[in-house]
Amino acid sequence: MSAQAAHPGLSRRHRLAERGIDGQLLLLVPAVVFVIGLFIYPFLYGLGLSFQPAKGGGPFADYQRFFTDAFQRDTIWKTLRLSIPAALFNVLASVPIAYRMRGRFRGKRLVTTLLVIPITLGTVLTAEGLINFLGPAGWFNRILKTLHLREDPLGLINNYWGVFFSLVITGFPFAFLLILSYLSGIDPTLERAAATLGASARQRFRQITLPLLAPGLATTFCLTFVLAFSVFPSAILVGNPTGSTRVLSIAAYQAAYEQYDYPFASTIAMIMGAVELIVLGFVLLWRSRFYVGSTGGKG
Amino acid sequence: MSTAVEAPRRRIVASPSGWAVWGSVVIFMLLVAGVVCSVLVNSFGTRWFGTWLPQGFTTRWYAEAWRDFGLFQVIVVTLEVAVAVVVLSVLIGVPASYVLARRTFPGKKLVYFAFLLPIMMPPITYGIPLATVLYKFHLAGNLSGVILANLVPCVPFVILTMTPFIEQIDPTIERAARMSGARTLSVFTRILAPLLVPGILASCILVLVRTVGMFELTFLTAGPDSNTLVVALFNSMNAAGIRAQQSVDSMAVIYMTVMLVLLVVALRFVNPTQLVAQVREEPEP
Repeated sequence: MSAQAAHPGLSRRHRLAERGIDGQLLLLVPAVVFVIGLFIYPFLYGLGLSFQPAKGGGPFADYQRFFTDAFQRDTIWKTLRLSIPAALFNVLASVPIAYRMRGRFRGKRLVTTLLVIPITLGTVLTAEGLINFLGPAGWFNRILKTLHLREDPLGLINNYWGVFFSLVITGFPFAFLLILSYLSGIDPTLERAAATLGASARQRFRQITLPLLAPGLATTFCLTFVLAFSVFPSAILVGNPTGSTRVLSIAAYQAAYEQYDYPFASTIAMIMGAVELIVLGFVLLWRSRFYVGSTGGKG
Repeated sequence: MSTAVEAPRRRIVASPSGWAVWGSVVIFMLLVAGVVCSVLVNSFGTRWFGTWLPQGFTTRWYAEAWRDFGLFQVIVVTLEVAVAVVVLSVLIGVPASYVLARRTFPGKKLVYFAFLLPIMMPPITYGIPLATVLYKFHLAGNLSGVILANLVPCVPFVILTMTPFIEQIDPTIERAARMSGARTLSVFTRILAPLLVPGILASCILVLVRTVGMFELTFLTAGPDSNTLVVALFNSMNAAGIRAQQSVDSMAVIYMTVMLVLLVVALRFVNPTQLVAQVREEPEP
Protein backbone atom coordinates (compact mmCIF):
# COMPACT_ATOMS: atom_id res chain seq x y z
CA MET A 1 0.00 0.00 0.00
CA SER A 2 2.82 2.39 0.84
CA ALA A 3 4.40 1.73 -2.53
CA GLN A 4 1.11 2.68 -4.11
CA ALA A 5 1.02 5.97 -2.20
CA ALA A 6 4.59 6.72 -3.27
CA HIS A 7 3.64 6.34 -6.93
CA PRO A 8 0.36 8.22 -7.46
CA GLY A 9 0.81 7.94 -11.22
CA LEU A 10 0.39 4.18 -11.15
CA SER A 11 -2.20 3.09 -13.68
CA ARG A 12 -5.64 2.04 -12.52
CA ARG A 13 -5.07 -1.37 -14.05
CA HIS A 14 -1.91 -1.84 -12.04
CA ARG A 15 -3.63 -0.85 -8.80
CA LEU A 16 -6.46 -3.29 -9.41
CA ALA A 17 -3.95 -6.02 -10.19
CA GLU A 18 -2.32 -5.38 -6.81
CA ARG A 19 -5.64 -6.20 -5.18
CA GLY A 20 -5.93 -9.37 -7.21
CA ILE A 21 -8.25 -8.17 -9.97
CA ASP A 22 -6.99 -8.68 -13.50
CA GLY A 23 -7.85 -10.28 -16.81
CA GLN A 24 -7.50 -13.80 -15.50
CA LEU A 25 -10.63 -13.38 -13.42
CA LEU A 26 -12.57 -13.36 -16.70
CA LEU A 27 -12.25 -17.14 -16.58
CA LEU A 28 -14.70 -17.02 -13.69
CA VAL A 29 -17.31 -15.11 -15.67
CA PRO A 30 -19.11 -18.03 -17.39
CA ALA A 31 -19.58 -19.87 -14.11
CA VAL A 32 -20.78 -16.78 -12.25
CA VAL A 33 -23.20 -15.85 -15.05
CA PHE A 34 -24.43 -19.41 -15.00
CA VAL A 35 -25.04 -19.52 -11.23
CA ILE A 36 -26.78 -16.14 -11.29
CA GLY A 37 -28.90 -17.01 -14.33
CA LEU A 38 -29.92 -20.53 -13.47
CA PHE A 39 -29.83 -20.61 -9.69
CA ILE A 40 -29.99 -17.21 -8.02
CA TYR A 41 -32.38 -15.56 -10.47
CA PRO A 42 -34.91 -18.45 -10.45
CA PHE A 43 -34.68 -18.61 -6.69
CA LEU A 44 -35.38 -14.90 -6.29
CA TYR A 45 -38.09 -15.15 -8.94
CA GLY A 46 -39.70 -17.95 -6.93
CA LEU A 47 -39.38 -15.90 -3.76
CA GLY A 48 -41.04 -12.95 -5.47
CA LEU A 49 -43.74 -15.19 -6.92
CA SER A 50 -44.53 -16.58 -3.48
CA PHE A 51 -45.61 -13.07 -2.41
CA GLN A 52 -47.98 -12.68 -5.38
CA PRO A 53 -50.75 -15.18 -4.66
CA ALA A 54 -52.76 -16.29 -7.68
CA LYS A 55 -55.98 -16.08 -5.68
CA GLY A 56 -55.44 -12.54 -4.44
CA GLY A 57 -55.12 -11.40 -0.85
CA GLY A 58 -52.13 -9.78 0.77
CA PRO A 59 -48.55 -10.66 -0.10
CA PHE A 60 -48.52 -13.29 2.64
CA ALA A 61 -51.81 -14.92 1.64
CA ASP A 62 -50.13 -18.06 0.29
CA TYR A 63 -48.04 -18.47 3.44
CA GLN A 64 -51.18 -18.05 5.52
CA ARG A 65 -52.94 -20.58 3.33
CA PHE A 66 -50.13 -23.07 3.88
CA PHE A 67 -49.98 -22.71 7.64
CA THR A 68 -53.73 -22.61 8.24
CA ASP A 69 -54.50 -25.69 6.14
CA ALA A 70 -53.66 -28.72 8.27
CA PHE A 71 -53.32 -30.92 5.17
CA GLN A 72 -50.49 -28.68 3.92
CA ARG A 73 -49.00 -27.73 7.29
CA ASP A 74 -48.58 -31.33 8.38
CA THR A 75 -46.27 -32.00 5.43
CA ILE A 76 -43.48 -30.22 7.36
CA TRP A 77 -43.89 -32.57 10.28
CA LYS A 78 -44.21 -35.61 8.00
CA THR A 79 -41.03 -34.67 6.13
CA LEU A 80 -39.04 -34.16 9.32
CA ARG A 81 -40.44 -37.31 10.92
CA LEU A 82 -39.11 -39.23 7.95
CA SER A 83 -35.83 -37.48 7.18
CA ILE A 84 -34.36 -36.84 10.65
CA PRO A 85 -34.69 -40.44 11.94
CA ALA A 86 -33.45 -41.79 8.58
CA ALA A 87 -30.42 -39.46 8.54
CA LEU A 88 -29.65 -40.17 12.22
CA PHE A 89 -29.94 -43.91 11.68
CA ASN A 90 -27.67 -43.80 8.65
CA VAL A 91 -25.00 -41.78 10.43
CA LEU A 92 -25.13 -43.63 13.75
CA ALA A 93 -25.12 -47.07 12.14
CA SER A 94 -22.18 -46.06 9.96
CA VAL A 95 -19.91 -45.04 12.84
CA PRO A 96 -19.24 -48.47 14.45
CA ILE A 97 -19.05 -50.21 11.08
CA ALA A 98 -16.66 -47.64 9.61
CA TYR A 99 -14.64 -47.73 12.86
CA ARG A 100 -14.21 -51.48 12.40
CA MET A 101 -13.23 -51.15 8.77
CA ARG A 102 -10.95 -48.14 8.91
CA GLY A 103 -7.76 -50.20 8.78
CA ARG A 104 -6.54 -52.07 5.77
CA PHE A 105 -7.90 -55.50 5.03
CA ARG A 106 -8.33 -57.73 2.07
CA GLY A 107 -11.48 -56.99 0.13
CA LYS A 108 -11.97 -53.46 1.44
CA ARG A 109 -12.33 -52.14 -2.07
CA LEU A 110 -14.90 -54.85 -2.81
CA VAL A 111 -16.99 -53.85 0.22
CA THR A 112 -16.88 -50.17 -0.70
CA THR A 113 -17.73 -51.04 -4.31
CA LEU A 114 -20.71 -53.15 -3.24
CA LEU A 115 -21.90 -50.28 -1.08
CA VAL A 116 -21.73 -47.82 -3.96
CA ILE A 117 -24.19 -49.91 -5.99
CA PRO A 118 -27.36 -48.83 -4.12
CA ILE A 119 -26.32 -45.17 -4.43
CA THR A 120 -25.93 -45.42 -8.19
CA LEU A 121 -29.19 -47.33 -8.56
CA GLY A 122 -31.11 -44.39 -7.13
CA THR A 123 -34.44 -44.14 -5.37
CA VAL A 124 -36.72 -45.00 -8.29
CA LEU A 125 -35.17 -48.41 -8.84
CA THR A 126 -34.91 -49.04 -5.09
CA ALA A 127 -38.62 -48.34 -4.81
CA GLU A 128 -39.41 -50.83 -7.56
CA GLY A 129 -37.28 -53.46 -5.83
CA LEU A 130 -38.81 -52.80 -2.43
CA ILE A 131 -42.31 -53.28 -3.84
CA ASN A 132 -41.26 -56.68 -5.15
CA PHE A 133 -39.13 -57.77 -2.22
CA LEU A 134 -40.99 -56.49 0.85
CA GLY A 135 -44.48 -56.60 -0.64
CA PRO A 136 -47.18 -58.98 0.69
CA ALA A 137 -46.18 -61.75 -1.78
CA GLY A 138 -42.48 -60.89 -1.79
CA TRP A 139 -39.59 -63.03 -0.66
CA PHE A 140 -39.25 -61.34 2.72
CA ASN A 141 -42.78 -62.13 3.85
CA ARG A 142 -42.46 -65.65 2.42
CA ILE A 143 -39.35 -66.22 4.56
CA LEU A 144 -41.20 -65.00 7.66
CA LYS A 145 -44.07 -67.34 6.86
CA THR A 146 -41.83 -70.32 6.18
CA LEU A 147 -40.02 -69.80 9.47
CA HIS A 148 -43.45 -69.47 11.19
CA LEU A 149 -42.44 -66.10 12.59
CA ARG A 150 -45.60 -64.52 11.30
CA GLU A 151 -48.65 -65.86 9.47
CA ASP A 152 -50.12 -62.77 7.84
CA PRO A 153 -47.69 -60.63 5.81
CA LEU A 154 -46.06 -57.61 7.43
CA GLY A 155 -47.19 -54.36 5.83
CA LEU A 156 -43.83 -52.89 4.94
CA ILE A 157 -44.66 -50.95 1.80
CA ASN A 158 -47.14 -48.20 0.97
CA ASN A 159 -46.55 -46.71 4.39
CA TYR A 160 -43.94 -44.88 6.46
CA TRP A 161 -41.62 -47.89 6.64
CA GLY A 162 -41.40 -48.41 2.90
CA VAL A 163 -40.03 -44.89 2.48
CA PHE A 164 -37.79 -45.30 5.51
CA PHE A 165 -36.25 -48.47 4.04
CA SER A 166 -35.67 -46.79 0.71
CA LEU A 167 -33.95 -43.87 2.50
CA VAL A 168 -31.75 -46.32 4.39
CA ILE A 169 -30.82 -48.27 1.26
CA THR A 170 -29.66 -45.17 -0.60
CA GLY A 171 -28.53 -43.14 2.42
CA PHE A 172 -26.62 -45.64 4.51
CA PRO A 173 -23.86 -46.41 1.96
CA PHE A 174 -23.54 -42.68 1.34
CA ALA A 175 -23.07 -41.92 5.04
CA PHE A 176 -20.82 -44.92 5.52
CA LEU A 177 -18.39 -44.04 2.72
CA LEU A 178 -18.14 -40.45 3.92
CA ILE A 179 -17.50 -41.43 7.53
CA LEU A 180 -15.00 -44.05 6.43
CA SER A 181 -12.99 -41.44 4.59
CA TYR A 182 -13.20 -39.03 7.55
CA LEU A 183 -12.05 -41.78 9.90
CA SER A 184 -9.10 -42.80 7.77
CA GLY A 185 -8.05 -39.13 7.80
CA ILE A 186 -7.55 -39.20 11.58
CA ASP A 187 -3.91 -39.75 12.47
CA PRO A 188 -3.71 -43.29 13.94
CA THR A 189 -0.66 -42.39 16.05
CA LEU A 190 -2.91 -40.29 18.32
CA GLU A 191 -4.78 -43.40 19.35
CA ARG A 192 -1.60 -45.36 19.75
CA ALA A 193 -0.22 -42.63 22.01
CA ALA A 194 -3.36 -42.83 24.15
CA ALA A 195 -3.02 -46.60 24.31
CA THR A 196 0.57 -46.21 25.52
CA LEU A 197 -0.72 -43.99 28.31
CA GLY A 198 -3.09 -46.75 29.38
CA ALA A 199 -6.41 -45.71 27.79
CA SER A 200 -8.82 -48.58 27.16
CA ALA A 201 -10.41 -49.11 23.74
CA ARG A 202 -13.61 -47.44 24.94
CA GLN A 203 -11.74 -44.43 26.33
CA ARG A 204 -9.72 -44.11 23.14
CA PHE A 205 -12.90 -44.03 21.07
CA ARG A 206 -14.77 -41.65 23.39
CA GLN A 207 -11.94 -39.19 24.05
CA ILE A 208 -9.69 -39.32 20.97
CA THR A 209 -11.58 -40.51 17.92
CA LEU A 210 -15.07 -39.16 18.59
CA PRO A 211 -14.08 -35.51 19.19
CA LEU A 212 -11.89 -35.57 16.08
CA LEU A 213 -14.70 -37.16 14.10
CA ALA A 214 -17.45 -34.78 15.33
CA PRO A 215 -17.06 -32.20 12.52
CA GLY A 216 -17.12 -34.99 9.94
CA LEU A 217 -20.21 -36.46 11.63
CA ALA A 218 -21.96 -33.10 11.41
CA THR A 219 -21.10 -32.72 7.71
CA THR A 220 -22.21 -36.26 6.98
CA PHE A 221 -25.46 -35.74 8.85
CA CYS A 222 -26.11 -32.55 6.85
CA LEU A 223 -25.52 -34.23 3.49
CA THR A 224 -27.55 -37.32 4.41
CA PHE A 225 -30.31 -35.14 5.78
CA VAL A 226 -30.48 -33.12 2.54
CA LEU A 227 -30.85 -36.38 0.60
CA ALA A 228 -33.58 -37.67 2.89
CA PHE A 229 -35.31 -34.30 3.14
CA SER A 230 -35.85 -34.04 -0.60
CA VAL A 231 -37.36 -37.54 -0.78
CA PHE A 232 -39.78 -37.52 -3.67
CA PRO A 233 -39.99 -40.58 -5.95
CA SER A 234 -39.95 -43.15 -3.17
CA ALA A 235 -42.48 -41.23 -1.10
CA ILE A 236 -44.87 -41.59 -4.04
CA LEU A 237 -43.99 -45.14 -5.07
CA VAL A 238 -43.44 -47.04 -1.81
CA GLY A 239 -45.07 -44.59 0.54
CA ASN A 240 -48.59 -43.47 1.13
CA PRO A 241 -48.55 -40.23 -0.90
CA THR A 242 -51.98 -39.11 0.22
CA GLY A 243 -51.44 -39.90 3.91
CA SER A 244 -48.51 -40.61 6.16
CA THR A 245 -45.77 -39.83 3.64
CA ARG A 246 -47.22 -36.77 1.94
CA VAL A 247 -43.94 -34.88 2.26
CA LEU A 248 -43.20 -31.24 1.36
CA SER A 249 -41.88 -32.11 -2.09
CA ILE A 250 -45.13 -33.90 -2.99
CA ALA A 251 -47.14 -30.89 -1.79
CA ALA A 252 -44.98 -28.55 -3.89
CA TYR A 253 -45.19 -30.83 -6.92
CA GLN A 254 -48.97 -31.12 -6.68
CA ALA A 255 -49.38 -27.36 -6.39
CA ALA A 256 -47.24 -26.76 -9.46
CA TYR A 257 -48.16 -29.60 -11.81
CA GLU A 258 -51.65 -30.64 -10.74
CA GLN A 259 -53.22 -27.33 -9.71
CA TYR A 260 -50.91 -25.13 -11.88
CA ASP A 261 -50.68 -22.69 -8.96
CA TYR A 262 -47.06 -21.63 -9.38
CA PRO A 263 -47.11 -18.94 -6.66
CA PHE A 264 -48.33 -21.49 -4.12
CA ALA A 265 -45.78 -24.06 -5.35
CA SER A 266 -43.01 -21.47 -4.95
CA THR A 267 -44.30 -20.72 -1.46
CA ILE A 268 -44.01 -24.38 -0.51
CA ALA A 269 -40.54 -24.58 -2.09
CA MET A 270 -39.42 -21.56 -0.08
CA ILE A 271 -40.85 -23.02 3.14
CA MET A 272 -39.05 -26.26 2.31
CA GLY A 273 -35.75 -24.44 1.87
CA ALA A 274 -36.28 -22.51 5.11
CA VAL A 275 -37.06 -25.64 7.14
CA GLU A 276 -33.99 -27.35 5.73
CA LEU A 277 -31.75 -24.40 6.52
CA ILE A 278 -33.09 -24.27 10.10
CA VAL A 279 -32.21 -27.92 10.69
CA LEU A 280 -28.77 -27.48 9.07
CA GLY A 281 -28.25 -24.37 11.20
CA PHE A 282 -28.91 -26.34 14.39
CA VAL A 283 -26.46 -29.07 13.35
CA LEU A 284 -23.74 -26.56 12.48
CA LEU A 285 -24.35 -24.76 15.77
CA TRP A 286 -23.88 -28.06 17.59
CA ARG A 287 -20.76 -28.70 15.57
CA SER A 288 -19.24 -25.32 16.44
CA ARG A 289 -19.24 -26.35 20.11
CA PHE A 290 -16.68 -29.06 19.34
CA TYR A 291 -13.01 -29.09 18.58
CA VAL A 292 -12.43 -27.37 15.26
CA GLY A 293 -8.73 -27.99 14.69
CA SER A 294 -7.07 -30.25 12.20
CA THR A 295 -8.58 -33.67 11.69
CA GLY A 296 -6.13 -34.61 9.01
CA GLY A 297 -7.32 -31.96 6.58
CA LYS A 298 -10.95 -32.98 6.64
CA GLY A 299 -14.14 -32.16 8.42
CA MET B 1 -19.06 -60.66 -0.92
CA SER B 2 -17.70 -63.83 0.62
CA THR B 3 -14.07 -62.76 0.46
CA ALA B 4 -14.96 -59.37 1.88
CA VAL B 5 -16.65 -60.91 4.90
CA GLU B 6 -14.34 -63.83 5.52
CA ALA B 7 -11.04 -62.02 5.39
CA PRO B 8 -11.62 -59.78 8.43
CA ARG B 9 -13.73 -62.38 10.20
CA ARG B 10 -10.56 -64.32 10.82
CA ARG B 11 -9.05 -61.30 12.49
CA ILE B 12 -11.98 -60.46 14.76
CA VAL B 13 -13.10 -63.98 15.53
CA ALA B 14 -13.22 -63.49 19.30
CA SER B 15 -14.99 -60.17 19.43
CA PRO B 16 -18.80 -60.14 19.78
CA SER B 17 -19.02 -56.52 18.68
CA GLY B 18 -17.16 -57.48 15.53
CA TRP B 19 -19.78 -60.10 14.80
CA ALA B 20 -22.53 -57.55 15.35
CA VAL B 21 -20.89 -55.11 12.96
CA TRP B 22 -20.29 -57.66 10.23
CA GLY B 23 -23.74 -59.13 10.83
CA SER B 24 -25.40 -55.81 10.17
CA VAL B 25 -23.34 -55.31 7.01
CA VAL B 26 -24.43 -58.75 5.80
CA ILE B 27 -28.09 -57.99 6.62
CA PHE B 28 -27.85 -54.75 4.68
CA MET B 29 -26.23 -56.51 1.73
CA LEU B 30 -28.97 -59.16 1.80
CA LEU B 31 -31.62 -56.42 1.70
CA VAL B 32 -29.92 -54.82 -1.31
CA ALA B 33 -29.48 -58.21 -2.98
CA GLY B 34 -33.14 -59.01 -2.33
CA VAL B 35 -34.23 -55.71 -3.85
CA VAL B 36 -32.04 -56.14 -6.93
CA CYS B 37 -32.70 -59.85 -7.47
CA SER B 38 -36.48 -59.63 -7.08
CA VAL B 39 -36.56 -57.04 -9.89
CA LEU B 40 -34.25 -59.18 -11.98
CA VAL B 41 -36.18 -62.44 -11.45
CA ASN B 42 -39.58 -60.83 -11.97
CA SER B 43 -38.46 -59.29 -15.27
CA PHE B 44 -37.74 -62.77 -16.66
CA GLY B 45 -40.73 -64.52 -15.08
CA THR B 46 -43.93 -65.54 -16.82
CA ARG B 47 -46.45 -65.76 -13.96
CA TRP B 48 -45.48 -65.30 -10.33
CA PHE B 49 -48.19 -65.76 -7.68
CA GLY B 50 -47.52 -67.09 -4.21
CA THR B 51 -44.46 -69.20 -5.02
CA TRP B 52 -40.75 -68.75 -4.42
CA LEU B 53 -39.93 -68.43 -8.10
CA PRO B 54 -42.01 -67.69 -11.20
CA GLN B 55 -43.64 -70.59 -13.04
CA GLY B 56 -41.44 -70.17 -16.08
CA PHE B 57 -38.90 -67.87 -17.62
CA THR B 58 -39.18 -65.78 -20.74
CA THR B 59 -37.57 -62.75 -22.34
CA ARG B 60 -40.69 -61.45 -23.99
CA TRP B 61 -41.16 -58.66 -21.40
CA TYR B 62 -38.00 -57.04 -22.66
CA ALA B 63 -39.28 -56.95 -26.22
CA GLU B 64 -42.58 -55.62 -24.92
CA ALA B 65 -40.95 -52.92 -22.78
CA TRP B 66 -38.61 -51.92 -25.60
CA ARG B 67 -41.57 -51.48 -27.95
CA ASP B 68 -44.19 -50.04 -25.59
CA PHE B 69 -42.06 -47.54 -23.75
CA GLY B 70 -40.11 -46.45 -26.86
CA LEU B 71 -36.91 -47.27 -25.04
CA PHE B 72 -34.64 -46.66 -28.01
CA GLN B 73 -35.67 -43.02 -28.13
CA VAL B 74 -35.50 -42.74 -24.33
CA ILE B 75 -31.94 -44.09 -24.28
CA VAL B 76 -30.91 -41.73 -27.09
CA VAL B 77 -32.34 -38.79 -25.12
CA THR B 78 -30.58 -39.95 -21.96
CA LEU B 79 -27.25 -40.10 -23.78
CA GLU B 80 -27.77 -36.72 -25.45
CA VAL B 81 -28.59 -35.07 -22.13
CA ALA B 82 -25.70 -36.75 -20.31
CA VAL B 83 -23.08 -35.88 -22.93
CA ALA B 84 -24.28 -32.28 -23.25
CA VAL B 85 -24.30 -31.81 -19.48
CA VAL B 86 -20.81 -33.32 -19.11
CA VAL B 87 -19.27 -31.19 -21.88
CA LEU B 88 -20.93 -27.94 -20.81
CA SER B 89 -20.24 -28.36 -17.11
CA VAL B 90 -16.56 -29.07 -17.76
CA LEU B 91 -16.26 -26.09 -20.11
CA ILE B 92 -17.90 -23.77 -17.59
CA GLY B 93 -16.53 -25.32 -14.43
CA VAL B 94 -12.84 -25.96 -15.08
CA PRO B 95 -11.80 -22.34 -15.84
CA ALA B 96 -13.69 -21.17 -12.77
CA SER B 97 -12.04 -23.76 -10.55
CA TYR B 98 -8.64 -22.69 -11.90
CA VAL B 99 -9.28 -19.14 -10.71
CA LEU B 100 -10.62 -20.35 -7.36
CA ALA B 101 -7.62 -22.61 -6.83
CA ARG B 102 -4.89 -20.15 -7.80
CA ARG B 103 -6.08 -16.67 -7.00
CA THR B 104 -7.33 -14.56 -4.14
CA PHE B 105 -9.63 -11.69 -4.99
CA PRO B 106 -12.25 -9.61 -3.19
CA GLY B 107 -15.49 -11.55 -2.79
CA LYS B 108 -13.92 -14.98 -3.30
CA LYS B 109 -15.77 -16.43 -0.31
CA LEU B 110 -19.08 -15.14 -1.64
CA VAL B 111 -18.45 -16.70 -5.06
CA TYR B 112 -17.48 -19.99 -3.45
CA PHE B 113 -20.61 -19.94 -1.30
CA ALA B 114 -22.76 -19.30 -4.40
CA PHE B 115 -21.24 -22.40 -5.99
CA LEU B 116 -21.82 -24.46 -2.86
CA LEU B 117 -25.51 -23.57 -2.47
CA PRO B 118 -26.94 -25.57 -5.42
CA ILE B 119 -25.32 -28.70 -4.00
CA MET B 120 -26.65 -28.17 -0.49
CA MET B 121 -30.23 -27.38 -1.54
CA PRO B 122 -32.74 -30.16 -2.22
CA PRO B 123 -33.35 -30.31 -6.01
CA ILE B 124 -37.10 -29.87 -5.59
CA THR B 125 -36.64 -26.59 -3.70
CA TYR B 126 -34.85 -24.80 -6.53
CA GLY B 127 -36.20 -27.11 -9.24
CA ILE B 128 -39.76 -25.79 -9.04
CA PRO B 129 -38.84 -22.07 -9.34
CA LEU B 130 -36.27 -23.01 -12.01
CA ALA B 131 -38.84 -24.96 -14.01
CA THR B 132 -41.26 -22.03 -13.69
CA VAL B 133 -38.63 -19.64 -15.09
CA LEU B 134 -37.66 -22.05 -17.86
CA TYR B 135 -41.30 -22.50 -18.87
CA LYS B 136 -41.69 -18.72 -18.91
CA PHE B 137 -38.87 -18.47 -21.48
CA HIS B 138 -40.21 -21.54 -23.34
CA LEU B 139 -37.04 -23.46 -22.55
CA ALA B 140 -38.61 -26.26 -20.53
CA GLY B 141 -40.57 -29.22 -21.86
CA ASN B 142 -37.84 -30.06 -24.33
CA LEU B 143 -34.25 -31.22 -24.44
CA SER B 144 -32.70 -27.79 -23.75
CA GLY B 145 -34.69 -27.40 -20.53
CA VAL B 146 -33.58 -30.79 -19.26
CA ILE B 147 -29.94 -29.97 -20.05
CA LEU B 148 -30.08 -26.51 -18.43
CA ALA B 149 -31.75 -27.84 -15.29
CA ASN B 150 -29.25 -30.67 -14.93
CA LEU B 151 -26.35 -28.24 -15.28
CA VAL B 152 -27.38 -26.47 -12.07
CA PRO B 153 -25.96 -29.04 -9.64
CA CYS B 154 -23.32 -30.34 -12.09
CA VAL B 155 -21.32 -27.14 -12.73
CA PRO B 156 -20.78 -26.53 -8.98
CA PHE B 157 -19.94 -30.21 -8.60
CA VAL B 158 -17.20 -29.94 -11.25
CA ILE B 159 -15.90 -26.78 -9.57
CA LEU B 160 -15.77 -28.41 -6.15
CA THR B 161 -14.07 -31.52 -7.57
CA MET B 162 -11.54 -29.69 -9.70
CA THR B 163 -10.50 -26.92 -7.29
CA PRO B 164 -8.58 -29.22 -4.90
CA PHE B 165 -7.20 -31.09 -7.90
CA ILE B 166 -5.75 -27.90 -9.42
CA GLU B 167 -4.48 -26.77 -6.01
CA GLN B 168 -2.18 -29.77 -5.82
CA ILE B 169 -0.55 -29.05 -9.21
CA ASP B 170 2.73 -27.24 -8.61
CA PRO B 171 2.26 -23.56 -9.63
CA THR B 172 6.00 -23.21 -10.36
CA ILE B 173 5.48 -25.20 -13.57
CA GLU B 174 3.11 -22.53 -14.83
CA ARG B 175 5.48 -19.76 -13.72
CA ALA B 176 8.32 -21.42 -15.58
CA ALA B 177 6.16 -21.53 -18.71
CA ARG B 178 5.28 -17.86 -18.32
CA MET B 179 8.97 -17.01 -17.83
CA SER B 180 9.61 -18.73 -21.14
CA GLY B 181 7.06 -16.46 -22.76
CA ALA B 182 3.88 -18.53 -22.84
CA ARG B 183 0.59 -16.63 -22.74
CA THR B 184 -2.42 -17.66 -20.65
CA LEU B 185 -3.96 -19.61 -23.53
CA SER B 186 -0.86 -21.66 -24.23
CA VAL B 187 -0.25 -22.19 -20.50
CA PHE B 188 -3.74 -23.66 -20.43
CA THR B 189 -3.51 -25.83 -23.53
CA ARG B 190 0.13 -26.98 -23.32
CA ILE B 191 0.93 -27.04 -19.59
CA LEU B 192 -2.28 -27.37 -17.58
CA ALA B 193 -4.49 -29.42 -19.88
CA PRO B 194 -2.21 -32.51 -19.92
CA LEU B 195 -1.84 -32.33 -16.14
CA LEU B 196 -5.59 -31.86 -15.66
CA VAL B 197 -6.70 -34.78 -17.83
CA PRO B 198 -7.02 -37.32 -14.97
CA GLY B 199 -9.01 -34.88 -12.83
CA ILE B 200 -11.27 -33.84 -15.70
CA LEU B 201 -11.87 -37.46 -16.62
CA ALA B 202 -12.85 -38.29 -13.04
CA SER B 203 -15.26 -35.39 -12.74
CA CYS B 204 -16.72 -36.13 -16.22
CA ILE B 205 -17.58 -39.63 -15.09
CA LEU B 206 -19.02 -38.47 -11.78
CA VAL B 207 -21.19 -35.92 -13.61
CA LEU B 208 -22.27 -38.61 -16.07
CA VAL B 209 -23.36 -40.97 -13.29
CA ARG B 210 -25.19 -38.16 -11.50
CA THR B 211 -26.96 -36.94 -14.62
CA VAL B 212 -28.19 -40.37 -15.71
CA GLY B 213 -29.44 -40.98 -12.16
CA MET B 214 -30.85 -37.49 -11.56
CA PHE B 215 -34.59 -37.80 -11.22
CA GLU B 216 -36.13 -34.64 -9.76
CA LEU B 217 -34.77 -31.94 -12.07
CA THR B 218 -35.35 -33.95 -15.23
CA PHE B 219 -38.83 -34.89 -14.06
CA LEU B 220 -39.76 -31.24 -13.48
CA THR B 221 -38.50 -29.96 -16.83
CA ALA B 222 -38.97 -32.86 -19.26
CA GLY B 223 -41.66 -32.89 -21.91
CA PRO B 224 -43.23 -35.99 -23.46
CA ASP B 225 -40.32 -36.58 -25.87
CA SER B 226 -37.47 -35.53 -23.60
CA ASN B 227 -37.79 -38.11 -20.81
CA THR B 228 -34.60 -39.73 -19.62
CA LEU B 229 -34.53 -43.39 -18.62
CA VAL B 230 -35.08 -42.81 -14.90
CA VAL B 231 -38.06 -40.49 -15.51
CA ALA B 232 -39.60 -42.92 -18.00
CA LEU B 233 -39.20 -45.65 -15.38
CA PHE B 234 -40.91 -43.54 -12.74
CA ASN B 235 -43.76 -42.63 -15.08
CA SER B 236 -44.41 -46.24 -15.99
CA MET B 237 -44.33 -47.26 -12.32
CA ASN B 238 -46.60 -44.43 -11.29
CA ALA B 239 -49.15 -45.42 -13.93
CA ALA B 240 -49.21 -48.95 -12.50
CA GLY B 241 -51.87 -51.27 -13.81
CA ILE B 242 -51.63 -50.10 -17.40
CA ARG B 243 -48.63 -52.31 -18.17
CA ALA B 244 -47.68 -55.66 -16.72
CA GLN B 245 -45.46 -55.39 -13.66
CA GLN B 246 -42.87 -57.59 -15.42
CA SER B 247 -42.69 -55.15 -18.31
CA VAL B 248 -41.92 -52.31 -15.89
CA ASP B 249 -39.37 -54.51 -14.16
CA SER B 250 -37.56 -55.30 -17.40
CA MET B 251 -37.27 -51.57 -18.01
CA ALA B 252 -35.87 -51.26 -14.48
CA VAL B 253 -33.32 -53.95 -15.36
CA ILE B 254 -32.30 -52.02 -18.47
CA TYR B 255 -31.85 -48.90 -16.34
CA MET B 256 -29.92 -50.93 -13.77
CA THR B 257 -27.62 -52.31 -16.50
CA VAL B 258 -26.89 -48.83 -17.80
CA MET B 259 -26.06 -47.62 -14.29
CA LEU B 260 -23.88 -50.63 -13.52
CA VAL B 261 -21.92 -50.24 -16.77
CA LEU B 262 -21.34 -46.59 -15.86
CA LEU B 263 -20.33 -47.64 -12.36
CA VAL B 264 -17.80 -50.18 -13.60
CA VAL B 265 -16.32 -47.56 -15.93
CA ALA B 266 -16.36 -44.98 -13.12
CA LEU B 267 -14.57 -47.23 -10.65
CA ARG B 268 -11.69 -47.64 -13.06
CA PHE B 269 -10.97 -43.94 -12.76
CA VAL B 270 -12.24 -42.81 -9.38
CA ASN B 271 -12.27 -43.92 -5.78
CA PRO B 272 -15.68 -45.17 -4.54
CA THR B 273 -15.84 -42.37 -1.96
CA GLN B 274 -15.62 -39.81 -4.75
CA LEU B 275 -18.95 -41.01 -6.08
CA VAL B 276 -20.46 -39.86 -2.82
CA ALA B 277 -18.85 -36.49 -2.21
CA GLN B 278 -15.61 -34.75 -2.81
CA VAL B 279 -13.39 -35.67 0.09
CA ARG B 280 -9.69 -35.62 -0.55
CA GLU B 281 -8.39 -39.12 -0.06
CA GLU B 282 -5.06 -39.21 1.66
CA PRO B 283 -2.56 -42.04 1.37
CA GLU B 284 -3.43 -44.61 3.98
CA PRO B 285 -0.89 -45.07 6.75
